[in-house]
This record gives sequence, C-alpha cells and structure tokens, in this order.
Amino acid sequence: MKPGVLTVYRWELRKLISLKRTYLGLFAAMGVPLAFTITLSFRHGRPNDVPFGAYVHQSGLAIPLVLLTFASAFLLPLITALVAGDIVASEDQYGTLKTVLTRSLQRGQVYMGKVLAALTYTVAALVLLGGVAIVAGSMVSGFNSLTTLSGSTVSAGQALALVLASFGVYLIPLWTVALIGVMLSTITRNSAAAVVGTLVTVLLIELVGILPGLEWLQPYLLTRQFDAWQGLLRQPIDWSPITHAAWVCALYCVPAVVAGYLVFLRRDVAGG
Amino acid sequence: MTETPVEARGLVKQYGRITAVDHVDLTVNRGDVYGFLGPNGAGKTTTLRMMLGLIYPTAGSVRLFGRDPTTEGAAALNGVAGFVEAPRFYPYLSARTNMQMMAAFDGDDAVSRVEAALDTVELTARADDKVGGYSHGMRQRLGIAAALLREPRLLLLDEPATGLDPGGMRDMRALIRRLADGGMTVLLSSHLLAEVEELCDRVAIVRAGRIVYEGAIADLKATATTGYRLRTSDNTAAIAVCEAQAGVASARLDGGEVHLDAAEPAVAELSVALVESGLRITALVPDSATLEDLFFRLTEGSTPGETEVPEPAADVVGGVA
Repeated sequence: MKPGVLTVYRWELRKLISLKRTYLGLFAAMGVPLAFTITLSFRHGRPNDVPFGAYVHQSGLAIPLVLLTFASAFLLPLITALVAGDIVASEDQYGTLKTVLTRSLQRGQVYMGKVLAALTYTVAALVLLGGVAIVAGSMVSGFNSLTTLSGSTVSAGQALALVLASFGVYLIPLWTVALIGVMLSTITRNSAAAVVGTLVTVLLIELVGILPGLEWLQPYLLTRQFDAWQGLLRQPIDWSPITHAAWVCALYCVPAVVAGYLVFLRRDVAGG
Repeated sequence: MTETPVEARGLVKQYGRITAVDHVDLTVNRGDVYGFLGPNGAGKTTTLRMMLGLIYPTAGSVRLFGRDPTTEGAAALNGVAGFVEAPRFYPYLSARTNMQMMAAFDGDDAVSRVEAALDTVELTARADDKVGGYSHGMRQRLGIAAALLREPRLLLLDEPATGLDPGGMRDMRALIRRLADGGMTVLLSSHLLAEVEELCDRVAIVRAGRIVYEGAIADLKATATTGYRLRTSDNTAAIAVCEAQAGVASARLDGGEVHLDAAEPAVAELSVALVESGLRITALVPDSATLEDLFFRLTEGSTPGETEVPEPAADVVGGVA
C-alpha cells in the first residue's frame, strides 16, 4: 500500500494523543463550560448583554449558545492556535521533518495530513465544549424549550438540533483560525511564535472592527463570522449570515492554505 | 535497475554570499562503499541534504538511480534511505512506535520489517522506551534501523559514528561493513579518516565546498608512496651506494636510518647493489603516506585552488576545481 494524506493524518492524530499540549486545550474546552454552569447554579445573575444570556436560567440549551459568544473572543481561538500553531513548527523543534521527508511521502501529502489533523482537533475541542455545556446546562437549568432571537419559542428537541447546527456553523471561522495557525506554524518554524501570532492576528482583526472610520470593513472581518450561527436561531432561519461567513472565511483560508502549502513545498529543510 | 546509484553534476548551494557547496561532481557506482571525506563545515551535509531532496540546489543536479529528488521528491528516494546529521525521532514516542510510523510512511510491507530492523541494531530490548531517554549511540542505531525499513539499495549515512564511544564506533563500522557485504551501496560522509580507510574503497575529498579528489583510496595512496626507509649494517656506506645508484634520489640519514626517494624497480636494483657492496640490509620498507597525510595535504592550504592535488589515476573522474 502506498502511503498518503490519510496515513499522515492517522499518525498526526496518534502524535496529538501522546502530547500534553493536546490535553491542555481539551481540558480548557471542558473546564470553561463546567465552571460557567456551576457559577450559574449558585448565582442568579445572567449575562444579559450577549444573545441568549437572558434565558440561561430558563433553558439549559441557552448555555452552549452563550458560551459560543464568550469563547469566540479568546478561548476557542487560543485552543485552536495551541495545536495548529505547533503542528508543523514542532517538527522543526524536534528536527524530525528530515526524518519524515526522507520516507515515501511527498511534501504536499505531509502538509495536508497535518492540516486535516489540526482541523480535527478543532472539532474535538468544540464537541467537548458543546457537549459539556449542553449536559451541564440541562442539568442546572433544565432541558427546556428555548426562545429564539425572533422571540418565538421552539421545543427542547428542536432547540437541541439548532444548538448542534450552530456549533457546526461556528466551525467555519474556527477552521479558518486553524488554517491561519498552520500557515504561521509553517512560516515561522517556531511553535510559540505561531501560537502567539495566530492569536494576535485574531485580536488585530477584532481591533480593526472597532476603529472609527473602518466600520464598512466589519462584515468582512474574520471575527465577525463567529456570530454567523445566530442566523439559525431566527424564525424563519436566516441563511444569509451563514453563506456570507462561508465566502468571507474562504477569502482568509484559501490564501492561508496555499501560502502554507507552497512554503512547505519549497522550503529547505536544513535544521535538525 | 542499471542506473548509477548517485550521480551529482555541478552541484551548487549558496546561502546569500556564502557558497556552501561549489560545483560538486561525484559518482557512486553500484556496490561501492564510498567515502565522502572532509573537515567539518566542508559542505558534506549540505551535499547529502540535496541528495535526499531536503534542500534545493542553487545550481546543478543530483540523480539517484537516474531520478531527481529535487523535482520528483520522495518518488526519487525509491530504494534510497539514510540520514543527515544526527537521526531525529519523536522523543515522546517509543522507538517501536517511531519505527511503525516510519514504516507506515514507507508503505508497502515495511511494517513487517520493524522487528527485524530493531533486532539488527540490537534495540529490541529497549524498543518500548521513549526515544527521549535514548543515548546518542542508541539514536544513531535507531537511525540505521529506520533506514533498513526501506530495504535500501543505496544507503546515505552522514557521520554515523560521530559521538559514539570506541565500542559504539566499532559496532557501527561492523554493521556498515555487514550491510555493504550484503550488496548495499553505501555513501558514507565522515571526517574520521580511520573510518573511511577501514570501510571505503572509493572516496571523494571535499574542502570548502569543492571536491579536491575523487577516486580509489588505493590510487590516492599510491600517488604518495615514493619514499623508502633503509637500515643496513653501515648507513654511511649505504648512502654512498644510494647516490651512485640510478633512479635513487635524495638519500639522507635520519635518526639511524636512511631515507630515500625512488620508484619500486630502482629500489629492487638498489637492494642488489647494497648486498654486492658487502652491506647487510636489516630493513628496506616503503615509507607510505597514510591517508591522513594526504587528507591534510588536500584539505589544508591557503585556498582550494592552490592545493596540491595528486595526479589522478586512470579511473579518477576528477571534479578538481
């Protein structure tokens, strides 16, 4: 059998499972919703200024949606960057790129295998965050019907489906962050620089959004697309923010993937 | 397959204004144990990296069994294995897991060779330990084991014995000897003359990025074997005989023996003349230069172009700048 992208992908996952860094992010993805829910169960306050913040005591299904808004500012980009920023640079750190590239794999296959692994890790983090939030939220505030952003009420079952779909839509910008992370990991060849660089990129994009005079840019900012899922929570469902997020994110991630790929293909592997 | 295992032509690698490899030509034929010899920093590793497709040449080309790793990537490494500088593995994984990963990346039935390869380098007992805890020597051996997974016809090794203790060096050389005897073509870079002299039959000597000699070690040594040492019952009388003998030059007394320059036939005649003069010969031996002498002659000097290069023997392909 000839090795290919899937061979690399499988072994990248196997490596992630062996690394402490992996669990750091995943524990954060579980710990934050847990801490949030526990706090809510002791206090009667509610985060009124975020979508669904007003309903956290009425339906546990509001909690994962509130967390999506909270986590988009820093937590999920950080967890994503933690692994995506390391996935190529760690090979430079260990000097193992020469080991891998002198087997029977083409460079492009190695790169794409790593990209898939970084995307998978992002899914794992989001699944854990969402899973813990749904379960813990339902235990604290009940598995109840939910008031949508349009003011109508949907049954608990319907609300659950919408929450899951929202997490799916949320993946679009989060994957874009991951792809930027992998690109920076490839270019900087330094894990810390790539992780910090990814976060700084996200924060800078956010900063651009609040600069006076640049309001017209807002719909095209990556960070804005973290809210696209809210279209699902309207009745009828508003698909426009979701399709908008899809193409805006493509504008960010296609150049990132192409740049990272080309750099990886053309670079001299001189270290290690 | 009939193609030449390694054919480098006009290989150049520049880093900014520094030329690390300067028009290197070298040819490794099937069955060669080929020494790539030079002081540290001479460009050996850079050349090997270009051969393995890890870095791109500024100019020139490399062919491995007729295929170009620069344009074909891993496809050109079919039947080729080896490592540059110290072999590196994932320190947080066991040696066995590392080997299984490499085997998966090799494809085909490489996985079935993991245990045998570990056994060949005597790492089976420690195979479940994390590589992070391995000594330098164990990693070198694991590097060889990982190369063996590919069942290579050509093995490229970059200073495989560097940093090993004397026992480890001996074992490493024995292992390379064994592999070469099994029919593998080996290109071995080294700055250790003894290693190359012991293992290799052909050699390229590189200095400041340039090949200053390429050919058989025996030919190289032959070019330097012109001196003889002579001890007789009366050395002063012997010098007189030498001076009278055709083809014998610069006979001189040095520490209880006579040193002279002569070709082999003239020396044979000299021995007869000495005996006929009533002198008893106690020793008449060629004062052969060691590879080390030649190495220093070739690699030390003001500039590569001014280095004295021995007249290449008939089968020497050159590469002299």
